Formats: sequence, structure tokens, C-alpha cells
Amino acid sequence: MRRHLLSSLIALVAVGSLAIVPLAAQSQVAAKPAPAAKAWTMPRTPDGKPDLQGVYSNATNIPVARPANLGAKEFYDSEADKAASAAAGGGGRGGRGGPARPAAAADPEGNGLAVHYDTSQFGLGGPTVKRAASLRTSIITGPEGRVPAVLPEVAKAAQERRANQQAHQWDSAQNRPLAERCITWGFEGPPMMPVGYNSTLEIVQGQGYVGIVQEMIHDTRVIPTDGRPHGPAEIKRWMGDSVGHWEGDTLVVETVNYNPLVVIQQQQVSDAAKVTERFTRIDADTITYQFTVDDPKTWVKPFSGEYNMVHIDGGLYEYACHEGNYGMANNLSGARATEKK
Amino acid sequence: MQIQSGKRRWGSWLLVGTAGLALLSLAVLPTPAQAPAYKAPKTKDGKPNLNGIWQAMNEANWDIRPHAASQGPVYALGAAYSAPAGLGVVESGEIPYKPEAAAKQKQNYTDRLKLDPEVKCYMGGVPRSTYMPYPFQIIQGTGNVMIVYEYAGAVRVINMGAPTKAPADSWMGWSNGHWEGESLVVDVTSLNDQTWFDRAGNWHSDQLHVVERYTAIGPDALQYEATIDDPKVFTRPWKMSMPLYRRMEKNAQLLEYKCVEFAEEVLYGHLRKQPLKGDSK
Repeated sequence: MRRHLLSSLIALVAVGSLAIVPLAAQSQVAAKPAPAAKAWTMPRTPDGKPDLQGVYSNATNIPVARPANLGAKEFYDSEADKAASAAAGGGGRGGRGGPARPAAAADPEGNGLAVHYDTSQFGLGGPTVKRAASLRTSIITGPEGRVPAVLPEVAKAAQERRANQQAHQWDSAQNRPLAERCITWGFEGPPMMPVGYNSTLEIVQGQGYVGIVQEMIHDTRVIPTDGRPHGPAEIKRWMGDSVGHWEGDTLVVETVNYNPLVVIQQQQVSDAAKVTERFTRIDADTITYQFTVDDPKTWVKPFSGEYNMVHIDGGLYEYACHEGNYGMANNLSGARATEKK
Repeated sequence: MQIQSGKRRWGSWLLVGTAGLALLSLAVLPTPAQAPAYKAPKTKDGKPNLNGIWQAMNEANWDIRPHAASQGPVYALGAAYSAPAGLGVVESGEIPYKPEAAAKQKQNYTDRLKLDPEVKCYMGGVPRSTYMPYPFQIIQGTGNVMIVYEYAGAVRVINMGAPTKAPADSWMGWSNGHWEGESLVVDVTSLNDQTWFDRAGNWHSDQLHVVERYTAIGPDALQYEATIDDPKVFTRPWKMSMPLYRRMEKNAQLLEYKCVEFAEEVLYGHLRKQPLKGDSK
């Protein structure tokens, strides 16, 4: 994992240096976009669809779940309100590029990142990472502002699985979490969630397809928009099976056929999982990203979320996770050496 | 003595001149394969439309040189995974290795089960990813061009704007592209020295510089050319070329070949608590 960190730090420096924005820009956050001096018109590709292409940061300080003390409050009244709430130990954290590390109790599959890098300690937080301005109190929308409970039988099965995993967690590479194995990072989704670092992605629109590459861990989605149906249900995929269509100026992407080991919000999903994403370009620099996760075999009800991603300059750098995964061999050989003691 | 060294100097100039000419001819002159003046349908922004799911149909991933069929490296796999013969894709047939580099290729071949990055599910690099036995998809944006490979989920986004420099070396390299008439020309630099050209151990250093040309030669075929330059390993630049074919089945699509899990036993099996017994079934 150290190699991951090193390579990602290099990448982050590269991306960060391209994405540096003046401090002033960070603090110019308004509750609603100020009326623009001149009307912005939607840029379009030659086939008339909104042009979503470019490199974006979806880094955010907004927590996934709303701080409990905020109740049903979905937006801060102002930047001052946000800062006051943060000072009082509520939301509005600063200095980190992504959502907080899930507490062990909130990570029943044990699949969250084993280490959450606090980017601020490397000087990579704050102004080096460009974030879309927002007064949201949580990524999960609605009055509850948090991922709903899982079904009791699902919680029980997850607990049993966890107990079994913990007893054998160092037995082999296959016993390690998917992120450590560089199979999926757990954030690429769909729904795509901000990561602690390298929260960048690039969108390219071709004829009948939208391609989205996320820097972590070079995971790429090829989304057909030519009206074709989903692929055969026998073919389960690590990033699911996405098809898209346009509803007015919004790209709507529906994803099914998840690999049964896929984890969304720290929970393994079922074969009934369906995720709907909506991409809407709202100004020269911003795409609003909305998602709904519906898996009636896992959660007691569907849940939805929203955040903005903001345009940044520069190409993505390659995140070669598996190729640099020296941590896996080191951890396992450490475990074997410990057993011999 | 003076005359001799003068001769030598002239000789070396001649050599440089010839090499330059060779380079020029590689870069400029159309090859016979390109000669038919097929023009691809245009995208709505007026570029040759190269969108599609493409795949090589040749034996280059076994060995880019002309080669006879040979026994595979695992006897248990018998005829199913032995190497079929292939005509090769190197234009002159031979790869102009420096002597010590040729020796390293032979050693690579001997140790290929242990060394071939494909066995380990490492990204294929350029140009190998193009002719590995998996499809890849070109998503031709109005800005950049994305190439997504099924093998290892590798991806390149080709910068079509003003050329930019790579921040560091990488597996898939740093791609700057532009259009030359009917061809998408991609300049690939900053490739690391970890990838190979094929399963035969043909190799390169981190000085590898690849110039690719993608040109439609029919509604469902592209001609792919890659000029290979690596002064650490080869005595001169050389070129490979091959047709690529469109995957035409109904609802053809790129599926996932996230191969990490298939390489974990090879990479980490010796570190298991309980060794696996027997082969996978």
C-alpha cells in the first residue's frame, strides 16, 4: 500500500499542480450561483447533446452521511453557518479530499480502505485540490441524509461473513479486501463516490458511447447510449452493466448485473441492485451528479445522493494499482513470518 | 590516419543520412497497404470516423516475428495453449536488436512463464495492447480520443490538444495525437521498461518511443502501424503493421477482463498459509 501511496502522491502532485486554484476562489462560495453577467449557453457536441467532455474533480468535503445534530437540514444557510457547524464538531470538515474513513461498525464487510490517507498532512489538502462549491450538509439527500438500514437478514449474513473473514484475513491474497487486491477501489461505483485522493475523472463522448475513466484505479466505464438493452444477466461485472440515454439535457445511466462481491456504501449488493445516475451540466465548469441506489434485497428502502463535480485542467495520470502492489506480497510474507515465531 | 578517420566521419554521416532517410520514409511515404484511397465516413465534426470495437486477428501476441508453431510452456495444457504459427507483423521481418539485446530476448523467452507481464495481469503497454487477443474500443470524442482495452481494463486518453509532457513514466505511456489526412497519428512517450512486445520476450527499454497510425482501409477494418524507436535496444527505428477488424456481432461490447484475480496465485500463491492443491478446475 505504501507504493500505492507514493505513486498516488506523485499523481496527486501532478494533478494538484494542474488544479491549483487561488484560495480566494475557494472561499467565494454562495448559497446559489450568483447571476452570471452574461447568459451561459449549454455547449453541445455536433449531434446536439450537451457536451460533458473534460477532466473533472469530484473531491468534496461534504460527508456521505449528514451530521446527526443537523437533523433534516439539507443545506447550510451560508459559509458562516457551515464554518460554525464545523467548529461545533458537526459537518463542514476541511482539509480532506473525501469522505471520512468509515468507522469499523459502519463497515460491516471490512471492505473500506484499510488506511485512509489524511491528505492534509502531505500538504495536499485545502487549496491544492479543487472542489465544487456547495452548502450541502451531506451527499445523501432527503430528510434523513444517510444510507438507510440494511435488512435484518442481510446484516446477520454480513456479520457472519465478517467473523469468518477476520479469522482468516491473512491466509492468502484472496482473503484481502478488494481494494487491497487492486480489483476495485470501492468508490468507482456506480455510484461514483469521491475518494480520499485522486478524485478525478475524464469524460469522452463518442458516437453512441460515453466513456468515463476514473483516476482510481484507472477504472473505465464504457456506456452505450445507442438504445441497446443491458447485456445478459449471466455476465456480472465489477462495475456493473451500464446503459445510458438522454432525458432532455441530462445523461441518465442505469446499471445492473453487479458482481455479487461488489460493495456499495460498505455493503455487498444483491443481484437485484440497480443504480441510476444523472449527469447534468449546470454551468461552464460544473456537472451536477445525482444517483439513486435501489436494491430491495439489501436495504430497507432506496436512497439517493448528489454532489457537483468541477472542471479542472490537465490529463489524468495513470494509477497502476496492481502493477505496483508490493504491499500485498509484503503483508502476506509478514504474516507467514509472524506465524513462525 | 587522418584520411581514414575522415572516411570514418563521412561514413558515419552517410549512416546518419541513411537512417534519417529511413526515418523520413517511415514517417512520410505511404505503404502499399495504405495505398487504396479509402476514405472513412466522417464524424459530425468532420474527422475520419474510427469509433468502434476493434481487434487484431493474427498471432503477433505470440511472437511479432515470423514464427513456426511451437510447444507451449506448460505441458499439461497440450495443444490447447501451444503457439500457432504466424507470418509476423514486423515490416522487415527482423527486429534490429543490438547484439546484447538479442541475447536478452532469448533469455526472456526461456523464462517467459516467470517474466511475461501478461501472465501477471500487468497492463500491456503500447503497442502490445493493440494486438493482444482481446477487443479494444475507440471512443472518438470531439476533444480527446479514448481507447479502452478489455485486457486488464487498461485505458489511454489521447490528448488531441496542444501536445503535453508526461509527469512520469507509466505502463500505457503518454499519448499526444493529431490528424494527418485520413490517419489518427499518436505520439507515445514515457513508457516504462516493464512491458514486452509479445509472449516471445521481445522487449524494449524506457527509451521506447512509439508513433502509431490508425487509418481506415474499409468500413470494418483499420490499418495499424507503429514505428518503434529505442536507441538503447535497437540499432535503428523499425515498424510493425497489421490490419485491425471491427467486432461485428450484434450488441458487440467491451466486457470486463479484470485479470488481477487470475494472476494472484502466480504472484502470491507461495505466500499462502495453506498452499492450494492441484490446478484450478
